[in-house]
Amino acid sequence: MIATTTRRGAHGGVRPGHYYGHGLAHPAEDIRGPIIVIEGTDGVGRTTQVRLLREWLEVRGYGVVETGLLPSTLMEPTIELAKTSNLLNPLTFVLLHACDFAHRMETEIIPALKAGFVVLADRYIYTAVARACVRGVDSQWIRRLYGFALAPHLVFYLKIDPDTLARRMLANGGISYWESGMDLRCGDNIFDNFRSYQRQLLRAYASMADEFDFRVLNGRQPVATIQAQLQRQIGAFLDSRPDAPEGRE
Amino acid sequence: MSAAVPLRGFPDAVTGNPTVAANEPDGGSTAEPAALRGERQRSPRRRSPTGTAQLDHPVVDNFGTPHQYPGRLIVVEGIDGSGKTTQLGLLAKWLESSGYALSQTEWNSSALVKAAVKAGKKKNLLTPTTFSLLHATDFADRQLYTIVPALKAGMLVLADRYAYTAFARDVARGVNRDWVRDLYSFAVKPDLVVYFRVSVEVSLERLLARRVKLKFYEAGMDMGWSADPAESFRIFQSKVLHEYDQIVAAHGIHVIDAVEGITEQQQLFRDLVGDHLEGYRP
Repeated sequence: MIATTTRRGAHGGVRPGHYYGHGLAHPAEDIRGPIIVIEGTDGVGRTTQVRLLREWLEVRGYGVVETGLLPSTLMEPTIELAKTSNLLNPLTFVLLHACDFAHRMETEIIPALKAGFVVLADRYIYTAVARACVRGVDSQWIRRLYGFALAPHLVFYLKIDPDTLARRMLANGGISYWESGMDLRCGDNIFDNFRSYQRQLLRAYASMADEFDFRVLNGRQPVATIQAQLQRQIGAFLDSRPDAPEGRE
Repeated sequence: MSAAVPLRGFPDAVTGNPTVAANEPDGGSTAEPAALRGERQRSPRRRSPTGTAQLDHPVVDNFGTPHQYPGRLIVVEGIDGSGKTTQLGLLAKWLESSGYALSQTEWNSSALVKAAVKAGKKKNLLTPTTFSLLHATDFADRQLYTIVPALKAGMLVLADRYAYTAFARDVARGVNRDWVRDLYSFAVKPDLVVYFRVSVEVSLERLLARRVKLKFYEAGMDMGWSADPAESFRIFQSKVLHEYDQIVAAHGIHVIDAVEGITEQQQLFRDLVGDHLEGYRP
């Protein structure tokens, strides 16, 4: 079921398309398409890049399914209720999101991969792990919890510093309650909270870079520059796959 | 897998000795990649001097260690139709009449996940894994808002089903044994667990006598093993029973034969609880 290698650094020692740990109640068989993940903190520009990538991939003839961490139909009402009524504590926060991700994995990601789509993920388990760690949840427990996630084929991490991020977000409509980790109840100073919360998140992401084989891109570069880097690396990866569409170099 | 597999990294319930991964007969340590196997780091327990800080920090290695709250946590387990809820109700009457302050909590009852469980069941959207995670969320919520506060207040907490239900049911649905045990490692360790053991046939008889129709998930119909509810119930609950048998052995759980008369069972139950409450002062 799972790669037996214990080599660290390459997708946590797991081959792409296999479960990281203890998987779902069924084995991950007949996975044909690749999972490509764009990771990074709030406001770093992931969503723009995913939109451009999708366009580029479709022009090249690849079927694309996008996924992300926005609540699915199963959990959306519950997560909204919990957020608005302040019912969440770190553990229920983590568990509800894990449930939602498992739902996505089983109903969206795995079926799409089996059908041969390229799955483009706007954030993946790494954001969930980073958020949990910042909230004091045991870092090994959260990794085992997400053992049902498939190891992606490529993970791009858009790296940025908290100050650039803060300026960028303030110029683009402001900072939200959740992006500032206000649920951690560190006081009312939203700017300071944002910086301190994002700094912790960025540290958590950085601690995963080697373990999960992140390809790190400088998130301060212009959109087009980042996109060109993504296309170059993804193009090379897709062309190396045996099922690459023909007639295109 | 042998019957008495202790939880990885947790003290063995029978011997009290910490277990090591190398003792695991299923070779779990090799089947799982290093990054997510995550050699459990036994961090020093973070407790306040009053011993009440377990969930104030979401440290998640509670289940292997006795809690240090002044209250007591008593749990009943058993398959549907085992009579455990009846027995717990009678126990509550006795305890209340003896002057104890009680807090009662029931599996899958928190307001937080009710909507999701209901919607998921209605549309048959839930898979074994999401079912398991929703129940864990419900449990975490009840632990935070009901169980731990009552234990801190020195009360007796009576729980109708606990993490063992997940260990039995979720695994019967095909969820990985180690994964679900890890999932619940944040659970407060109960002081007393009583399992009401009954055969599938007896439980089915009791349920059918009481109700017209078996519930979809109770009968394990979501698994598609049989289109006939009674047959599906037999298949599913047999698997659940099998898991319970292993759990009882591994966790040193008390067993009451649930085929006895209600009063006889209650007497046994009260004797057990009475022994456990010696030295407890509310």
